[in-house]
Amino acid sequence: MMTQITSAQAAILAINSLALGGLLFLLSSGFSLIFGLMRIPNLMHGSFFMLGAYLGVSLLDTGIVIGGTLLPNGLSLFGLTILEHGFTIPRITLVPQVPNIFLAALISGTIVAVIGGVIERFLLRRLEGQVLPQVLLTLGFAFIIADVCLMVWTGDPWQPSAPPELRGAVQAFGMFFPLYRLAILAVAIVIAIALWIMVDWTRLGAMIRAGVDDPPIARVVGIKVSQLFTLIFCLGAALAAFAGVIGAPYLSVYPGLDFEMLPLALIVVILGGTGSLLGTLVGSFIIGFLYNFGQAMFRDLAYVILFLPMLLVLVLRPQGLFGRNVA
Amino acid sequence: MTAGVRYGAIAVALALLATVPLWVGNSYYINIASQILLFAVFALALNVLVGYAGLVSLGHAGLFAVAGYSSALFLQAGFDHLTANAAAIVITLAASAVFAALSLRSTGIGFLMITLALGQIVWGVAYRWASLTNGDNGVNVSTRPAPFGVSLASATSFYFATLVVFLLAFVSMAVFVRSPFGASLRGTRDQARRMNALGYNVWLIRFLAILFSGFWTGVSGILFIYYNQFISPQVAALTSSAEVLLMVISGGTATLFGPVAGAAIVVIMKNVVSAYVERWNLVLGVIFVVIISFMPEGLVPGSVRLLRWLWGGLATRSGASAARPSEELKP
Repeated sequence: MMTQITSAQAAILAINSLALGGLLFLLSSGFSLIFGLMRIPNLMHGSFFMLGAYLGVSLLDTGIVIGGTLLPNGLSLFGLTILEHGFTIPRITLVPQVPNIFLAALISGTIVAVIGGVIERFLLRRLEGQVLPQVLLTLGFAFIIADVCLMVWTGDPWQPSAPPELRGAVQAFGMFFPLYRLAILAVAIVIAIALWIMVDWTRLGAMIRAGVDDPPIARVVGIKVSQLFTLIFCLGAALAAFAGVIGAPYLSVYPGLDFEMLPLALIVVILGGTGSLLGTLVGSFIIGFLYNFGQAMFRDLAYVILFLPMLLVLVLRPQGLFGRNVA
Repeated sequence: MTAGVRYGAIAVALALLATVPLWVGNSYYINIASQILLFAVFALALNVLVGYAGLVSLGHAGLFAVAGYSSALFLQAGFDHLTANAAAIVITLAASAVFAALSLRSTGIGFLMITLALGQIVWGVAYRWASLTNGDNGVNVSTRPAPFGVSLASATSFYFATLVVFLLAFVSMAVFVRSPFGASLRGTRDQARRMNALGYNVWLIRFLAILFSGFWTGVSGILFIYYNQFISPQVAALTSSAEVLLMVISGGTATLFGPVAGAAIVVIMKNVVSAYVERWNLVLGVIFVVIISFMPEGLVPGSVRLLRWLWGGLATRSGASAARPSEELKP
């Protein structure tokens, strides 16, 4: 059942693992911050990743264009013809085509942040304090986003090419390493450092930490916790979408990507402990390595292998590797 | 409701259920009735946790699929129906015990997240472990069993078999709810600390509740593969867990009839919607959002309240606070 791998393969797998770990960190850090601050497991998080990736693909391809023919075959319900033909909406370019994947990732992150912000402000906010309805609302939106993406981008996978200057491989130690995956890792590290500075060294970070530790007291001392919620929710959505776009040349984008990424984010957060950036970082790379090496060495059992560290952590340290105590 | 009226209502309901094939006629609709009953068993099982234990599982489709796959694979390997199903139930109980041991490390949201992750792992195994599960192509179940020499091949005979199982499940739920064990489970939902202080083993009570729920989930999983004569990884997907959760919350949690009504609503809606548009997931998502945002007490009472409100009748908007199933979930 176990497949032997050579050291050259192992090196490539290691690079892939680091790249996947970086992407998982971008995805899970937002999830973890939202969970730590708002106590909502945001089940839309994988959907933000996938929606962001699709938007990025479109930005690189044609720009974001709306319009075209709706219902080309007309519409009939219960045997009654309601519309003979479809109707055509003039095509309007909302965002022009962009040449660079990182620029596309920033734009896509902004769009998804706005979508996330609207959902948080107008729907999640009304359910404050009722955890189960909040969870189910995010789950409902996850299904809606999945189906809308299927409608707009069809069921075929999309895989944008890496930018030309990052397309090659670097040679080191007599082996070739794909440059773009290293670039993903570098971007993830830069963002991790930025997040760490934000959370640990800025006033905003102090307010976030206060909100995580004790929301009522944070409110009492004058922190606008509700604005903080929206801000963090938008930031988390943007990070997920950004990761989706820069991950697209590596993972490609296809229906179902959302619910493949969501449990990975859940496992990372269970492993690392909620609300802990360091825990999320460590958890992401553990899962990145287990996923890649697991798939290469125990192809059939890759998912079971992901489950083992979660099992160990839950049994031995239920608050997660770096979590403080159980909420 | 007086006892007489209640027994009368139950007798009428039983008579209606027993005569469905007579007044429905068309085997398409008899099959839909079988689907409703088998999903009602599944929803009743989940309701033990969501309604009576205050533990919201988003991984129950995983257990459902474990039962279905086990039974289908044993049948494929040439075992007879009784052995295959007994083995499937044992495996499902073992899987439930693992689910319980891990997810009970936490309650509330932690429980939900862990069950979700476990359910997705079952999906991943069903999808990727192709040498065992045949991956995306699924596993065929070539025959239906013939208990006591009665073949279940026709829609009508299968309906009656499903009805018998459903009634057994329903009665066992009714007994469970009224039993001291049911009362102690509700106690752990409402006042876990006090139950602990009174000397109850809260963990064990919850663990046993998950096994009980897992048992009926397994039974409904086996019914499902006999009904469909096929199982694929889609059965274990998060969508399936969400659908059955929707059955429970739309009918109203912590009631006996709620999940049954919910199963009927969701199955009928799914069949009607699927006949006209391909967008069942979109509809499912919209229903979730609408229920949560506008009728948190459940679909049936919520619709009544909304209609009354639209007609400007008696309703006051305070009805919304009626049934929040899980105070326990508040951090």
